Amino acid sequence: MQIPVVRNILEANANEASELKDFFAQKGILVLNLMSSPGAGKTTILERTLTDLRNELRMAVIEGDLQTDNDARRVAATGAQAVQINTEGGCHLTASQIRAALASLDLGGLDILFIENVGNLVCPAEFDVGEDFKVTLLSVTEGDDKPEKYPLMFHISAATLLNKIDLLPYVDFNLANASRHARTLNADISLFPVSARTGEGLDAWYDWLRARRAAKKKLA
Amino acid sequence: MHELSIAQSLLALIEDEMAKHGKEKLITVKVRHGRLSSVVPEALSMAFEVMTADSRLAGAALVMEETPVLLRCRDCSREFTPDPPTAAFAPCPGCGQELGHTVVSGRELYIEYLELE
Repeated sequence: MQIPVVRNILEANANEASELKDFFAQKGILVLNLMSSPGAGKTTILERTLTDLRNELRMAVIEGDLQTDNDARRVAATGAQAVQINTEGGCHLTASQIRAALASLDLGGLDILFIENVGNLVCPAEFDVGEDFKVTLLSVTEGDDKPEKYPLMFHISAATLLNKIDLLPYVDFNLANASRHARTLNADISLFPVSARTGEGLDAWYDWLRARRAAKKKLA
Repeated sequence: MHELSIAQSLLALIEDEMAKHGKEKLITVKVRHGRLSSVVPEALSMAFEVMTADSRLAGAALVMEETPVLLRCRDCSREFTPDPPTAAFAPCPGCGQELGHTVVSGRELYIEYLELE
């Protein structure tokens, strides 16, 4: 006999993510899910952000990687709390992994929790982890056609950091093209051309973080 | 390659529904996946086959159907499927607006029906 079902296959993760979202809302913690290709500069951006805003915000990081705790150690060196999740080959983080990682964090008085997802522009798009916003990083060494090639990722991101702009003179990356493609996919996306290495453009990103964090606190 | 985790979740839902309806055998499971949900049908088929191999679900058919992308224009509200359908986004054929269309469908990933005995 045929039984109509209509159930979202990823409902278990979606439900767990929505429970996490309620939990973070109660605590007034802003949660950001950072996604990009491997090597786009997620960890370096985080190191800069955690260092530069150290005196005004309490921040923590959950690091997702296939292997090694290199990133967690780099982030911890800034003085922020960091916990590493090794997915052992898994191509994205899930809400239940985040829930488990929370046990190793002191959430008291926390302002922002960054979740650095596994380097991959495809799979993490399908798995919410309780975040308020998805933030994508795209480095100028990757090519300005990436938003076109990975439409879902940019469609669902609230912000995109176009990183490594200090390398623009040496690569064929058209900032205007990349921005236009990103806006085609999501007209409301916030775009930040930055260099994690030189610090250029980071102030606008920090203002965005401050504003989002203030809005979240107000609701708690 | 997130098809493994999708297959895992799929099997859990199938077992849940079988228990709910008191059935022992799965004949067919029909899955609908939107074009934007980036599921590779071959990869999902293979994962499903491998994960059911030594279970009571072995031999069941997994039928998949892709839903095309349907967008709604932010300016004139016209609904349209990008041409060619392989493109995820395209200017509105009605008013030409390029930016900020809403995805009406194309992101789904759900079980449509189960055939049980």
